Amino acid sequence: MKPTSSQFKKSARVALVDPDLQRAMGFIKTGFVEKRRAAVERLPEFDALRRSARGIKEHTLQNLDFYLEAFEERVIANGGQVHWANTPQQACDIVLGICRRAGAKRVTKGKSMVGEEIAINEALEGAGFEAIETDLGEYIIQLAEEPPSHIIAPAVHKTKSQITELFHKHHARYGYTERQTEVPGLVDEARQVLRGKFLSADVGITGANFLVAETGSTVIVTNEGNGDLTNTLPPVHIVTAGIEKVVPTREDVSTLLRVLARSATGQEMSVYTTFSTGPRRQNDLDGPTEFHVVLLDNGRSQMLGNEFHAMLRCIRCGACMNHCPVYQGIGGHAYGWVYVGPMGAVLTPLMVGLDQAGDLPNACTLNGRCQEVCPMGIELPAMLRQLRRRQYQNRQTSAVSRMALAAWSFLARRPRLYRRVLGAAVASLAWLARVRGRGRFRHMLFAGGWTCARDLPAPQGASFQNQWRKRRQGNQS
Amino acid sequence: MTSDATSSSRNDTPSIRVGLFVTCLVDLMRPNVGFAAVKLLENAGCRVEVPELQSCCGQPAYNSGDFSDSQRIARQVIAAFEPYDYLVAPSGSCAGMIKEHYPQLFATDAGWRNRAQQLAGRSYELVSFLHDVRGVAELGVARTGSVTYHDSCSGLRELGIHGQPRALLGKISGLELREMTDSNVCCGFGGTFCIKYPKISEHLVSNKVADIADTGADTLLGGDLGCLLNIAGRIKREGRATKVYHVAEVLAGMTDVPAIGDAELPDGAT
Amino acid sequence: MSDAREQVLANIRGALNREGPLPDSIARSLQGRLSRPRANLKPAIGDDLTAYFIEKLESVSGKVTRVASIDEVAAVVARHLESFDLGDALVVAPDPALQGIPWSNRLRVERRAAAGGDRLSVTGAYAAVAETGSLVLLSSPESPTTLNFLPDDHLIVLHESQIVPHIEDVWVRMRRDKQAMPRTVNFITGPSKTADVEQTIQEGAHGPRRLHVILVAD
Repeated sequence: MKPTSSQFKKSARVALVDPDLQRAMGFIKTGFVEKRRAAVERLPEFDALRRSARGIKEHTLQNLDFYLEAFEERVIANGGQVHWANTPQQACDIVLGICRRAGAKRVTKGKSMVGEEIAINEALEGAGFEAIETDLGEYIIQLAEEPPSHIIAPAVHKTKSQITELFHKHHARYGYTERQTEVPGLVDEARQVLRGKFLSADVGITGANFLVAETGSTVIVTNEGNGDLTNTLPPVHIVTAGIEKVVPTREDVSTLLRVLARSATGQEMSVYTTFSTGPRRQNDLDGPTEFHVVLLDNGRSQMLGNEFHAMLRCIRCGACMNHCPVYQGIGGHAYGWVYVGPMGAVLTPLMVGLDQAGDLPNACTLNGRCQEVCPMGIELPAMLRQLRRRQYQNRQTSAVSRMALAAWSFLARRPRLYRRVLGAAVASLAWLARVRGRGRFRHMLFAGGWTCARDLPAPQGASFQNQWRKRRQGNQS
Repeated sequence: MTSDATSSSRNDTPSIRVGLFVTCLVDLMRPNVGFAAVKLLENAGCRVEVPELQSCCGQPAYNSGDFSDSQRIARQVIAAFEPYDYLVAPSGSCAGMIKEHYPQLFATDAGWRNRAQQLAGRSYELVSFLHDVRGVAELGVARTGSVTYHDSCSGLRELGIHGQPRALLGKISGLELREMTDSNVCCGFGGTFCIKYPKISEHLVSNKVADIADTGADTLLGGDLGCLLNIAGRIKREGRATKVYHVAEVLAGMTDVPAIGDAELPDGAT
Repeated sequence: MSDAREQVLANIRGALNREGPLPDSIARSLQGRLSRPRANLKPAIGDDLTAYFIEKLESVSGKVTRVASIDEVAAVVARHLESFDLGDALVVAPDPALQGIPWSNRLRVERRAAAGGDRLSVTGAYAAVAETGSLVLLSSPESPTTLNFLPDDHLIVLHESQIVPHIEDVWVRMRRDKQAMPRTVNFITGPSKTADVEQTIQEGAHGPRRLHVILVAD
C-alpha cells in the first residue's frame, strides 16, 4: 500500500468532521475499551502474566537467530518449507512463485498485517491471480477498495448502512438482490458468498500471531473460522509472518494467548486458536499438501538493540489504538498506511520513512494511555519522542518551531533575563486584559493555533518570581 | 513573613527545606498557584525557598526532540535544587519530567545521571507531597460547592497521582466532589500538540468540557496548569459558566481571585 | 532465497552485536529449554473442572448437554437435528470413540471429511480446557479438520475425564501420550462469530453457527 501519511493533517481534519466515521469510532469505547476493562478486572493474575509475557519476548529477541533457525528446522522436519525475505518485494516474489508452481487461479486470504505490509493483494492481482479476503472486515474493505483502519478490526470505520450498500452493490452478481439492513442478514450473506470461494481456492494465505520454535508450528487467533477454512481447504497453505513472531515453546504461547485476546477484544480466548504444523499427514482426509512459511524482515532486525527494540515485542492486539484519544478522534486512515494508532506512529515512520510520515510521532499528547494498556508494556511515548529527536537532528522540523524553541531555551537558560523579559511580557498582557475588562483573549498574535479552538486566559499580572523578589526585598528593608 | 497558620506537620520533625519549583506556567500565567503552594507547604511544617535560578524544567525542548537544550536546562535545575531536602512543584508534568526523565536524559553521562537520580528521589508534585510525605490531615479550609477533578496524564501515569487530591479535597467541609466520566482521559493540551494539531486538540478538549458539564459541578479542579488553561479556554469559548481553579488554590483557601480566564471575582467566594 | 536467509540472519546477529551464531554452550542450553518446556504462571481456577468448563463454554454461547453414558448421544443428536430443522443427514468423524453409537435408521450417516453442503457434524475431541471452556481437536485420519469448520452445526462428544485444567495441560498430555504435533491443533471456544459490523457480535460467521458439546459422565 502506498503510504499517504504525508497527508495526515488534511486527512485528520476531514475525519474529525465525518459524521459516519465519528459514529463508527464511538463504538470502540463501548466495545473494545469496556470489554478489555471487564476482562482484565476478572483476571487477578493479569499484570503478572503481562510481565511474564514481556520476559518471554525479550528472551526470544535476544536469541532471535537461534529461535528462527530452530523453528525452520522443525517446519522442515514436519514436511513444510521455510522461505526468508529481507524486503517486501522478495516476499511477494516468493508467494507469487509458489502460486505459479501450484497452477493457482484463486487465492483466499485470512487476515495478515504482513500481507498488507508487503501489498500482497496488489502483487497477486497484478500477476493475474484472484485474491479474496475472507475475514469479514477485510472483505468489506476489499469491496470498498479502502485500506484497513485498525489492525484487528479493519472495517471499524464503516457504519452498518455503508456495509449494506456495499453488499447490495457487489453481491447482486451472485444472485443476492435483497438489501440486508441488519447485522444477522449481512453476516449471513457474506457467509454464503464466501463459502464458494473457500471451497474453490487453490492457495490459502494466512498470517501468524505466533511461530513456535519448539514444534515448527504457526498459530492464528481468530473468531470467524475463515482462517481455518483458508488453511485447510486449498491444496497449498502459505503463512506470511514477521521474524519477530517467533516464540520458544507451546507453554510460552499459552502465556501470550492469555494476554492477547483480553487486550484485543476483551475475550478470554478467541473462538478459534489453531496451531498449524506442516502439510497433511499420510492418510489424513483433508488438509493442504504443501505448507510454506515466508519469514519477513523488512527492517525488523534493524530495530534489535536500539531505541526501538521494544516495538518488536508487539503482538498486534490493537489495545493501544483502542485507548488512544487521538486515534479515537481521527480513525486509522489518517495515519496513511498499514499500521495505525500509537504502534503505527512508531512503525510506519520506521518502515516507510520519517520524511513520509513526519506528522505521526508528533500528533500525540504523550499521555501514556497506550503504554498503560499494552500487554507487552511497550514504551510507546518514549519511542515517539525518539522519533521526534531524529527529526530534530535531521532538521526535519519546521523552521518556525525550531526558532520558537530556540528562543525559549535561550531565555530559559538565562533565568534573570527570562524573569525580566517574560515577566514584562505577561505583565503587559495582564494589563491589556484588565483594561478591556476581560480575563481572556479571543485572539492573540502568534497564537492562532490556540485561539482558533479556545480562548486564551490572561496572565494574572506580575510574574510569581517578580512578586516573590519584591516581597523578599520588602521584608528585608 | 510567613503566616503562622495551624501547622499540620508531625510535631517532632525539624523544619525541612523545600525548594519550590514554580514552573513556567504558574510563574508567568497564575502566580496565585505559587503562593498557594507556599502556604500549603509552610502549613505542613516546611521552610520554603524559591531558588532564583529557575525558569523551565526543559520539557518543551525534550518533547520536541531537542535533547541537548533539555540537558542544559536540566543541569541548571539540578544545580539550583540539589541543596534542598525536597523539590516540590505544583505540576504533575514538571515533577514527572524531573523525577522520571532527568535520569534518562543523562543516560550516557554517569556523573550527571547520578545527580539527576539523587534529585529525582527527592522531587515531588505538590499534592502528593503534602499527602504522601507530609501526611497532611487537616487543611482548616471550608468551601461550599461542587467540584470535579481532571487527572492530568503525566501526574496520573508517571507519578501515580489519583487518590491524593481526592483525599485532601475530602477534608474540605462543605465541598462535594463529583467524578466525571473519563476523568483520566487526555484533555488535548499535550504541550505544543495543542498548537500544532489544533483540530484534533479541539476535539479532545470539547469532549472533556462535555464530560465536565455532565457532572453539573460548578468548579473544575486539576493539578496541572497546562491542562487547566486549555480546558478553561474551551469552557469560555463555549460560553459555559464552570469555574476553573488549580487544586492548590482551593486546598489553600486562596480562591479570592478570579478563576482561570475570568476577570471578575467569583460570587460568594469563601 | 538462501541469500535472503543469510542476509536476515546476518542482520539479526549484527544488531545483537554478535559475529556469528550463539556460542555452543548457550545454544545447548536454549535447546534444553525447547526440549523441556516449563509452564509459566497459570491463573487460578476452581476445583470443579467440569463445572468451570461448562460455565466458561456456556458464557460464549456454547451449548452443553450432560448425559450419563455414550448410549444417550444418538438421542441428543436427533433432538438437535430436529429442533433446528437440519434434515436427516449427518457426517460423523471416523473416530473409534464414536464407532458404537446406535444412530437411528431414519438418519443418513456418513463417515468422512466434511463437504460444502454438510449441515451437521459429530466429532470427538482430544481434550477440553476448563480454564477457557475450549475443546481441543487434533487432525488425523479419524478426525478430519473440515468437520470442525464446514458444517453449520458442530456437535462434539466429550468425556468428563478429558477435561484438563489449563491450556498447558494439553501439551503435557500430548507429550505423555507421545502424540506428535498433527497438522492442526484446534482450540475451539464456542460457535464462530464476528463483531466487524459496528462492534455488534453476530454468531455464525464462516465457521459453525452452533457448537454443542455432549458431555458424557465417567
